[in-house]
Amino acid sequence: MIPELGQICVTLALCLAVVQTIFPLVGAHRHRGPWMAVARPAAAGHFVFLAIGYGLLTWSFITNDFSVLAVASTSNSALPLMYRIAAVWGGHEGSLLLWVLLLAIWTLAVSVSSRRLPEELAVRIIGVMGFISAGLLLYILSVSNPFMRLLPAPPDGNDLNPLLQDPAMALHPPMLYTGYVGFAVAFAYAIAAMLAGKVDRQWARWARPWTTAAWLFLTLGIALGSWWAYYELGWGGWWFWDPVENASFMPWLIGTALIHSLAVTEKRDLFKGSTLLLAIGAFSLSLLGTFLVRSGVLVSVHAFASDPSRGIFILGLLVVNIGGALALYAWRAPGLDRNAGFRMVSRETFLLVNNVLLSIAAGLILLGTVFPLVLDALEMGKISVGKPYFDAVFVIPMLPLVFATGIGMHVAWKNSDPGQLLRKLRWPAIIAVVSGVLLTALAWGTGPVLTYVGVCAGIWVILSSLRDPVMRLFGKGPRMTASTVGMQLAHAGVGLFVIGVTVTSTYSIETDQSIVPGETKQVAGYTVTLKELQQIQGPNYTALRGDVEITRDGQPVARLHPEKRIYRVQTMPMTEAGIDAGLSRDLFVALGDDLGNNAWSVRIQYKPMIRFIWFGCIVMALGGLIAIGDRRYRAVARQADAPAVSGTAARPA
Amino acid sequence: MNRFIVPIIGFAILVGFFAIGLNLDPTFVPSPLIGKTMPTFSLPRLGEPDQTVGSDDMLGRFTVLNVWATWCGGCRQEHPVLNRIAEQGDVPIYGLNWKDDAALATDWLRRLGNPYTATAFDEEGRVAIDWGVYGAPETFLIAPDGTILYRHISPMTMDVWKNEFLARIAAARGGS
Repeated sequence: MIPELGQICVTLALCLAVVQTIFPLVGAHRHRGPWMAVARPAAAGHFVFLAIGYGLLTWSFITNDFSVLAVASTSNSALPLMYRIAAVWGGHEGSLLLWVLLLAIWTLAVSVSSRRLPEELAVRIIGVMGFISAGLLLYILSVSNPFMRLLPAPPDGNDLNPLLQDPAMALHPPMLYTGYVGFAVAFAYAIAAMLAGKVDRQWARWARPWTTAAWLFLTLGIALGSWWAYYELGWGGWWFWDPVENASFMPWLIGTALIHSLAVTEKRDLFKGSTLLLAIGAFSLSLLGTFLVRSGVLVSVHAFASDPSRGIFILGLLVVNIGGALALYAWRAPGLDRNAGFRMVSRETFLLVNNVLLSIAAGLILLGTVFPLVLDALEMGKISVGKPYFDAVFVIPMLPLVFATGIGMHVAWKNSDPGQLLRKLRWPAIIAVVSGVLLTALAWGTGPVLTYVGVCAGIWVILSSLRDPVMRLFGKGPRMTASTVGMQLAHAGVGLFVIGVTVTSTYSIETDQSIVPGETKQVAGYTVTLKELQQIQGPNYTALRGDVEITRDGQPVARLHPEKRIYRVQTMPMTEAGIDAGLSRDLFVALGDDLGNNAWSVRIQYKPMIRFIWFGCIVMALGGLIAIGDRRYRAVARQADAPAVSGTAARPA
Repeated sequence: MNRFIVPIIGFAILVGFFAIGLNLDPTFVPSPLIGKTMPTFSLPRLGEPDQTVGSDDMLGRFTVLNVWATWCGGCRQEHPVLNRIAEQGDVPIYGLNWKDDAALATDWLRRLGNPYTATAFDEEGRVAIDWGVYGAPETFLIAPDGTILYRHISPMTMDVWKNEFLARIAAARGGS
């Protein structure tokens, strides 16, 4: 009964999504007030029914109702409650319902906080989001129904993939999806502006906090996934360039470019064409990410059972949403874009370079991700593009970008005096180069030139970012807005990230050793002793647990307990690495295979500065959060309400 | 040309490739073995290590070789289907237990039912390499003369069994 009720709720949500699409969009086009007034109540109802539907599905998981196919395939009665709730998004059907629920939440947030917006703009945004939701709900109800029954019900479920039975992984999909779906707001802003035929500075100011908010979630979501991969997969790697990761990273790159492009549109009324295109691009890549991951087009057959009817449906959704948006862009954008002068040395130039480099990186990653598919389609064989390609195409555009970031932050709009810039940045540059080279050489020994370049680049960005806030602390320099502080903090996060990546990838020591309990190994100056191995019982797994003592020069450093778990239902071995985390280095111990004769292969790794990678991401997200808090996004919007309304009313028909 | 049209053209090309990609069966990996004689093998029998099972046992009638392992989720998914196929009794199923633990595998068959006429125990995966196995589950259809007629990657379903396996057997019988 409960699942059927859930299905009815989702069906009602679909009906309301259709209403939420048609009335506001047509109403705004024909200037019909009562039609437009439907937008907010419809969006609220749409959210309410989806929330109930999602809640009922969650209830089926909590109560172990294995007559529901989704529950039977991703849950189990022995699964702890927290993971039963997380199992809702552990499978295809539930995760898409979560996707749509998050879209409804974003829509609700827009509709609640859009009272200050011109009515036509606000209802068009809500309408476009209703359109996206309607398409996905149609998909869910027709080919991906999470409430599908499985009769007769099996006595117990197939269990959640053990890889996902982890706190970080339980949180990772909702975080990532919140980011993905959040770009729908920027997308809707772009479509609404093109429908109205009007893109101005005020519009950009309204769109900015939404874009930054989505970007913030995506940043944290990706970082969480990377952190999880590091400690759970047992290899000690933090990024693998697999299609699923790329699918989340491409929208991030384009979203980052969008944030910067919006800044130019807000401040200078320029880059409108690229802002619109990037707004379409960020969300399109999010949808594409959903498509690539969910349809099985790119993913290995053993990951997801692929179902062509789903793939074709999603492809149709992509064509309607992205194709429609790009057609509108081809039609409307030429009339909106404008060229205005700015000099070679100006903030605009640097932001243009930023956008181009980020887009190139995203484009090359897209190429690498779909290239195997293209070759296959042309019947040229099945191949896969791996890490060397992605490392190269990412580092080549990103390294100059990191250097340019340090300068770009201090360049004035329109035209800047190179001499003054040089005076301002002279010391940060000198300190960065000297300290970067010395620090690297003293702390970790000699490395390739690129390592020095990377560390110097990271320190350079951090110093350049902190220059103004630090001067301000001493009472010098102009007052700073929250969005400027946020921007600088986010860039400092980039610097931390760059240092972490550079040092970890150059100086990590990774060893696989055969070790017998009681034996001692030396790794990177640390003495690692496997004291003993013992069997332990978890709620739904049995595990072999190692007791590992690490000392350095006779002093105890850490006591680690890596585990090798076998989850009972899916009989899948899982590695729980033992990690001693520190700001300057991680020590990573993972149990490998039984080599016989009581010996075990044990992976022991020394990872300097790896925490900086995720710490950098958190700082970036924090910068975004501070920028969103800028008062001008709220205060100024209120004053500008009246003229903007008359502006849209006078738009060309 | 208008530069604002470029994005939609790029997108259209991408969609074209996706559409072709969808129609290509993602589970279809061309096997150079199809149409060729199956690689010969002789392995210990699962549960009865002193006996052997090999390619010679599979000659003389249409047979199926199913590659499976207890660590493979897809194998568990397809197992009831294999049981049903075995109940119908038209085509004997041989198992190739791949890189597995003999005790776990025996226990698996005892608990879930044994659809296999015999299971070869390929502990080190050597035979699987000869057969070009790249993941489990995989299922091969073999003609009475030992020719490999078809290879299916990913879990077996009744639809696949009827449309790909039984249809090919019927076609081969009708044609000969």
